Amino acid sequence: MCDDPATLNDLLWFACYLTTGKHLAFYISFGTVLLLLAVTAPAALGLGFVGAVAARSRILPLSWLGRGYIAIVRGVPDIAFFMFFVIALDQGLEYLRHHILCPDWDQPVRQGNDFLVCPAAKLPLSTAPQWLHEVYGFVLAVVTFAIVFGAFAANVLFGAMQAVPRAQIETAEAYGMTPRQAFRRILVPQMWVYALPGLSNLWMVLIKATPLLFLLGVRDIVYWARELGGSKTPQFTAYPHGDWRMWYFLFLLVFYLGLTRLSETVLNRLMDRLTHGQAMAGGEAQRRTAAAGAA
Amino acid sequence: MRLWLTTAFALVATGALAQDVVRIATEGAYPPFNFLDDSGKLAGFEIELGNELCARAGLTCEWVQNDWDSIIPNLVSGNYDVIIAGMSITEERDEVIDFTPPYFPPTESAYVAASADVDLTSGVIAAQTATIQAAHVAESGATLLEFATPEETVAAVRNGEADAVLADYDFLAPIVAASNGELMFVGERVPLGNGVGAGLRESDTALRDALSAAIQSMKDDGSLNALLAKWFPGEEIPQF
Repeated sequence: MCDDPATLNDLLWFACYLTTGKHLAFYISFGTVLLLLAVTAPAALGLGFVGAVAARSRILPLSWLGRGYIAIVRGVPDIAFFMFFVIALDQGLEYLRHHILCPDWDQPVRQGNDFLVCPAAKLPLSTAPQWLHEVYGFVLAVVTFAIVFGAFAANVLFGAMQAVPRAQIETAEAYGMTPRQAFRRILVPQMWVYALPGLSNLWMVLIKATPLLFLLGVRDIVYWARELGGSKTPQFTAYPHGDWRMWYFLFLLVFYLGLTRLSETVLNRLMDRLTHGQAMAGGEAQRRTAAAGAA
Repeated sequence: MRLWLTTAFALVATGALAQDVVRIATEGAYPPFNFLDDSGKLAGFEIELGNELCARAGLTCEWVQNDWDSIIPNLVSGNYDVIIAGMSITEERDEVIDFTPPYFPPTESAYVAASADVDLTSGVIAAQTATIQAAHVAESGATLLEFATPEETVAAVRNGEADAVLADYDFLAPIVAASNGELMFVGERVPLGNGVGAGLRESDTALRDALSAAIQSMKDDGSLNALLAKWFPGEEIPQF
């Protein structure tokens, strides 16, 4: 049916147009983006937690490491990070493998502008199927996103840890808790409520940062929307059309708004739950409402 | 000593060619050179050409789609081995990477505008980032408006953001033809670049020689001209 779209009526034309291989790739890329978010968010949060703990550490070198990580990564523009850090990371890994796998290699690795490791050290191997290269690119993307957003998360968590009232820790100590116990039982459970507004901001920014993926060869929804929406001349497609980017971006707008709305609902519920029983204005308000309801 | 050096060189040369798969990068956004067809696969003049070159050189090739901005950094860092992406041979690029002899003759770039009376020397001219056209506009005194993809440069003229776009004539010709008079060529053509060639790492001499020989053999038997005629039909078919 779709062999000669020019003869079809509008409805059938669109049915064919919206199911081309290109469009299927567009639909699949929504899954890619959601998967990236699902993997990156916990990874960045974990890295942020480690960074914040390191920055607060009483061991000076560890504290410098944590603070340095936060300061440097936050200061570098995302696009520079995505273009240069990723290439450096990739080259670093290949360099390590090169030394392990090809000890007899006598050629220099750096020749002018070129970076040459032995074929066995390539990551992935140049013989590997294309999907493996794409998975590798995706993993690099996750690592890079986690490092960048981890630095911002670390700063948020660092602030949140400082915001927990000192009296809470002192009380814990008075009960005979070790610093480690006080950290785990008192500080961490209480800091989330201070961290959540900042973390939810980061989440929203992360949702919209996925177009950076194409710099790593991963084609995301914005790439496909631009590619599909761009005007098409009849020589190169069976479905010529003008500049339809507006419609595709409108579709993305709806998708992003839906995702944002969903996130807000979930985050609000989480906030409610975290506020429960806290020694702060929000927790107090909750307690009063509950008490008024009971009376 | 000399014999030893020659043998060593031969070993290196075969080493480079012995890699089982040659990975070729292209942009996939520059018809008729390279683009995505309706099924989402790469197609175009350069895809057919590249496959033929690989067949003639006895190589197994695999295509990779890469963003234009990072296409050279990823080549020198070894993520793929060849760039076949409508890349003009220029001195600046030649300092960083190596080129085969051109498989597409030195072309003229052309201005396209929505009306005939635009001022090309002081107006706003759109061009793709990091192209010879962008460099030319920057030197010409006009205001340069850069875009990441070729498609966006034309869209900027359509929606009035730019007065004109400067791009390869062969990229613009099908667009002007399909625009029903909305877009037109204006001003003088500008000869830029030294033709379009395949880009390689400077150290990858064996692969460069293999591809250069394959290009030469396609020029000799006329199959390159036939391929050009197929993909660039019209009044001015680029020929060798």
